[in-house]
Amino acid sequence: MKIAIPRLGRILLCAIQQDLSDDEALAFQSNLLETIAEVEALGVVIDISALDVVDSFMARVINDSSNMASLLGAEIIVCGIQPFVAMTLVEMGQNLLRANCTFNLEQGLKTLQTRIALRGDFQAIHDDGECSDDYLD
Amino acid sequence: MTTSTRYRETIAVRLTSDIVLARSQTRALAARLGFGKADQTRLATAVSELTRNVIMYAGSGACQITDTSDAEFNRIEIEVEDHGPGIADIDMAVQDGFSTGASMGAGLPGTRRLMENFSLQSAPGLTQVSVSLSVRKT
Repeated sequence: MKIAIPRLGRILLCAIQQDLSDDEALAFQSNLLETIAEVEALGVVIDISALDVVDSFMARVINDSSNMASLLGAEIIVCGIQPFVAMTLVEMGQNLLRANCTFNLEQGLKTLQTRIALRGDFQAIHDDGECSDDYLD
Repeated sequence: MTTSTRYRETIAVRLTSDIVLARSQTRALAARLGFGKADQTRLATAVSELTRNVIMYAGSGACQITDTSDAEFNRIEIEVEDHGPGIADIDMAVQDGFSTGASMGAGLPGTRRLMENFSLQSAPGLTQVSVSLSVRKT
């Protein structure tokens, strides 16, 4: 199963829509990193609201992806973690999943745009390179 | 109540897709037995961790999911076994952050925290982990 990674300017948005096997999760990780490098994405929002199990392996894949992406120059925001997944992850061990999280894709996108603007990469938001002062306040 | 009608399923664990099957079957049974969403997630996650250990350390094994409900409680018992090299130091293996593989060392200690009962026996050639979770019948 290949997960589509649609692009919005230099931001990638993707939704994992079904339970992934370990192999599929690793394939997604490598596809995501290739796509980030190819389009020089500055940020990625990953929606995992469809995942009803995030175990230590999946948590590690997400943590690693986030670290790898930041080595390329992109940051990752995870959105839509189910409440029971959050409970289970914390019960299993503190800090199993270390990710920046939001409730949904839309909020993830806004957070990402703000962070990207704050770090000074304005082109991320406007492909033409025009700076918008929407994000400077 | 007869025991013969109780649900029991054994899943062969060889490929990472078998982990997906084992956790979804566990969740489905938990839902049928009236476990809440939190317990369904705990059970599915525990099964995921235990079956992954089988693939990582032994290559293959089996996962048995059994309904062991009684008059007072609905209960699911999970038994996972493999014929791999075994766990050299069980005390270390259930410590947070200890791993002989490339993982975070969160699987066994995490599973133990999620479940009510946790037992682990291991010797070269046979490793058995058994966990269970119950919910009082309403």
